[in-house]
Amino acid sequence: MKRTVERTVGRLVVDPIVCDGHGLCAELLPELIELDDWGYPILRSPAVPRDLAAYARRAVAACPVLALKLVPPE
Amino acid sequence: MTFEARLLAGPAFAAGMEPYAAHRARLGQLPPPRPELIDTIVASGLLGRGGAGFPVGRKWQAVESRSLDDARILVNGAEAEPLSAKDRALMHSRPHLVLDGALLAAGVLGAREIVLYVGARHVDAQRSLQRAIAERGRLRVPVRIVLAPDAYVAGEESAAVHFVNASDARPTVTPPRPFESGIDGYPTLVQNVESLANVALIARGGDAWYRSLGRGETRGTALVTVSGAPHGGVREIELGMRVGEIAAVSGVAPESVHAVLLGGYFGRWLTREQAWPVPLDPLALRAAGATFGAGVISFLPAHQCGVAATATVLEYMAAQSAAQCGPCVFGLRAIADTTFALATNSAGVHDLERLERWTGQITGRGACRHPDGAVAQLASAMAAFSRDFASHARGRGCEVAPALRQAA
Amino acid sequence: MSEQFLWFASRGSGIVSLLLLTTVTVLGLTSMVRWQRPTWPRFLTNDLHSNLALLSVVFVGVHVTSAILDPFTNLGIYAATIPFASSYRPLWVGLGVISVYLFVALIVTSLLRERLGQRTWRLVHWVAYAGWPLAVVHSMGSGSDAFALWMMAIEALCIGVVALALTWRVAAGRTNREQLPAVVGASPRVHAPYADGDHR
Repeated sequence: MKRTVERTVGRLVVDPIVCDGHGLCAELLPELIELDDWGYPILRSPAVPRDLAAYARRAVAACPVLALKLVPPE
Repeated sequence: MTFEARLLAGPAFAAGMEPYAAHRARLGQLPPPRPELIDTIVASGLLGRGGAGFPVGRKWQAVESRSLDDARILVNGAEAEPLSAKDRALMHSRPHLVLDGALLAAGVLGAREIVLYVGARHVDAQRSLQRAIAERGRLRVPVRIVLAPDAYVAGEESAAVHFVNASDARPTVTPPRPFESGIDGYPTLVQNVESLANVALIARGGDAWYRSLGRGETRGTALVTVSGAPHGGVREIELGMRVGEIAAVSGVAPESVHAVLLGGYFGRWLTREQAWPVPLDPLALRAAGATFGAGVISFLPAHQCGVAATATVLEYMAAQSAAQCGPCVFGLRAIADTTFALATNSAGVHDLERLERWTGQITGRGACRHPDGAVAQLASAMAAFSRDFASHARGRGCEVAPALRQAA
Repeated sequence: MSEQFLWFASRGSGIVSLLLLTTVTVLGLTSMVRWQRPTWPRFLTNDLHSNLALLSVVFVGVHVTSAILDPFTNLGIYAATIPFASSYRPLWVGLGVISVYLFVALIVTSLLRERLGQRTWRLVHWVAYAGWPLAVVHSMGSGSDAFALWMMAIEALCIGVVALALTWRVAAGRTNREQLPAVVGASPRVHAPYADGDHR
């Protein structure tokens, strides 16, 4: 839907092989990311709304292994 | 089971490999590969037989649109699913059907190489394929055999490609998928041996012929592996046949069965009452939340505990993780340990809650579908054996004698 | 500008740089052991580490600039940019020059990490482990206060905390990733076969 596309700046993707369960992403973006019982991120909703864009980018930059990526909408 | 066999038409299994001369005499010359074959396959509705059930024609289209006459064909005969034997049986006794399918794919998709990815332990299949290649003489496309390591995930699409490229049979993150970038980076068709054998027949008979058999929405026949039965083993069935019918032919009396595992270790449990009328039709099964998977039909005997059987499967799946992704490594280990504790009556009610939570958390968070399959199998077990899980959680075992004991 | 001022500026900013870089190194090691508390999240360690590294660039810049401008030292541009080209204590100053280059490489690659990719960044980060020891040796050899008690106390403090942090890092053992195969490889307890025998 067009409206949804305008309201999101992309979607979050975790590379599960690179991810090492550091957990900084969940600290910096608790609205969208929480940790499972073993410290690995669960993406509650991959779509990132406009008002969380800056936080999402910061979370992506903070990942010690660059496992978190923000994929722009197609 | 009164239909005309297709994949298994010809000499009986016991006769071993069908040689080239007999194959040609029975089926005629292999038709030349033409682009129209893709449309025929699409029209036939042939679904992949590796476990995912993806439409074969669509896969061929995806590779064809990217191939610049530099594609690769990876014939997937790894068959690491412990309950399945159909792929190696097919490779052992009908290698020329498999080769036909691979050569057609190579011709239609513009491929430079065919890789036969065969499980390292399946020596009969390897020998048959080697003899078959020799019998063919010079081929337009080079064919080589690559032995797949004896690991469950080695048969996964990206793992197979990874092994051929780098001798590392662990799944990789997708995208890109093999049809985009596979062996040496080229568009690669990864196709199960049974799927290719079906293509070899469809190329000769046409899509209408293929669709002339089948009881429901999914048309055609398929190979299944029946276990837990007096006359089990590999059979060809008409798609849509019911589990009860297969049971009857395999010598299984309904009263002797507790439950049925359909699809494989990554499949679904059904109670005997639920299972008997179920049609073995991939599309119907998927709509019902079950799966045709790798064509595994495994009967759990009446005296065996369902919780114990589930724990055994989970232990295997946890140990077979490629150890790359946290949710799979820790998640499968946790659910395996907890189910084992339940099976030995050493767990508590909180463990059931934990299992529920974990089954919600683990799916979709690995690089491949291995953890998803294990979790789906557990979820179906908790539904099928719900009373037994509950009573084990209270430390009281189940009606069936608890069959699980610590190994010495 | 009073020459005394430049001399003080150079020494002072040098010492502050050393303290900052020591803190940056300790924070880096703390990040590796994944230490955290409810009041001190992981990202705090990481962000402090990066921000103090950037801050230290400022102080190193002041240190080098004031040292060059100071007429009482014979340090010119060449001495400050080419290792061992200084006529004054060439070895010790030279090590400082190398140290600065390593830190610059670290900071540039860190700022461009998303573009360069994790592997390149890690490689440079590893190589730059030499940056802090070189800075310490530089400060011990080229400073005119090198043998003053208070200076030696500062050196000892810096070396001490890094040694502690390094020990902690080594003791903390393997990361998650390295432990995964061990978790998986736990041998199966159950030998009761579920499936029928092997179909050859």
